[in-house]
Amino acid sequence: MNGFFDIPSDLQHSWAGLIGVHLREALLPVVAGLLLALPLALLCNRFRWLYPPVLGLTTVLYAVPSLAFFVVLIDYTGQTELTVMIPLALYSLVVLVPAIADGVRSVPDETLSAATAMGFGPVRRYLQVQLPIAAPAIIAGLRVATASSISLVSVGALIGNQGALGNLMAAAQKYDRPELAANAVLTTAVLAVLCDAALVLLRRVLTPWMPRSGRERTAAPREELLTKGAAR
Amino acid sequence: MNVLTFVQAFFGDSAHWHGYDGIPSRFLEHVQYTLLALAVAAAIGLPVGLLTGHTGRGGNAIAVVANAARALPSFGLLVLSVLLIGFGLLPVMIPLVVLAVPPILVTTYEAVRTVDPAPVDAARGMGMPESGILFRVEVPVALPLILSGLRSAAVQIVSTATIAAYVSLGGLGRYVIDGLYQRDYEKVVGGATLVAVLALVTLALFWAVGRFAVSPGVRRR
Repeated sequence: MNGFFDIPSDLQHSWAGLIGVHLREALLPVVAGLLLALPLALLCNRFRWLYPPVLGLTTVLYAVPSLAFFVVLIDYTGQTELTVMIPLALYSLVVLVPAIADGVRSVPDETLSAATAMGFGPVRRYLQVQLPIAAPAIIAGLRVATASSISLVSVGALIGNQGALGNLMAAAQKYDRPELAANAVLTTAVLAVLCDAALVLLRRVLTPWMPRSGRERTAAPREELLTKGAAR
Repeated sequence: MNVLTFVQAFFGDSAHWHGYDGIPSRFLEHVQYTLLALAVAAAIGLPVGLLTGHTGRGGNAIAVVANAARALPSFGLLVLSVLLIGFGLLPVMIPLVVLAVPPILVTTYEAVRTVDPAPVDAARGMGMPESGILFRVEVPVALPLILSGLRSAAVQIVSTATIAAYVSLGGLGRYVIDGLYQRDYEKVVGGATLVAVLALVTLALFWAVGRFAVSPGVRRR
């Protein structure tokens, strides 16, 4: 494939630069989503009646197509990266809130009682006992959120020049150069796989007590989380 | 407030309700794309998921395939297939099907695999053939989860079918894309609202199907 890495100059980035922009536009929203989901999930567990409406609201937000979301936001935030990142952060909530809420709630009562008996206050118990035990579920949610976020950034190309590697796809169509589109698709896919692997590694580091060959067990709850999020 | 005004203006304009670019015909096109993509994805995902879930083999292969498919960006796949195949329905169906297969496949596999083994063993002990075990024991019990996989696939297709308009096809994305390029904000907001409404209708439909199809004994659990 000739000109595979020959990026048109109107994109104003090298291939590596596009990757950098893509990662920033995809991962910052997931981090923001996580920071938003942690207190939300905590509230949902504290006040049970809050859980169904919060899940319903995130599901409705998730149902709004990304392109439409971007375009509506242009009126407020302009054709900037922020316009792409806000919807992505909101989308990640549909996976992250149930992942954290269910994960934290699934901590066995005996464990909680043991922590209380050892003199843990509620805050410390939450941070040092409940969150670490819920880590596999939370990271399973993060994996789904990250994968979809990386894939969705490309749609930002439609609102101007904010799609990072997606701009490459738009350029491929503009200049009729399929190899650029192939480059963009492959690079995005590789980025998604690498980020996924990094999260799996993170889970192993955070949960040294879990069995290492947990492929089947980690693959399972992921999808269930996603469907659960949309379910209730 | 701002957005609501635009929504009102869009739906209040009678010009948006007639002709080939009217809301009814665009809505119908969008539903057609969605149903077609969902049918193809289900035809791929359901049999494979049921079979692997029943035998309990191939779980790792499914996880790998599903992860790989999920990593492919829909928009990029769309542009690539249009450049390689040309304009038409097929290049739009490819990204939509690739998008929809992983949730259907993985959920179906998980749903069938995690069915309580006691009734399955009982059915086998009573001499039920394997196909009977699958369709008369495992599928009814696994139905809520299988439906949830189909539902999440359907919702994703509905919202992603919007990009079909980017490669000159119809559907509700037409309003969003056209409005974007014509600087017609009202159209964009109207199109976005319609897609969101369709997604919510899809959720409601699946809820109704679940109510109707899932046996009361399973639902109570």
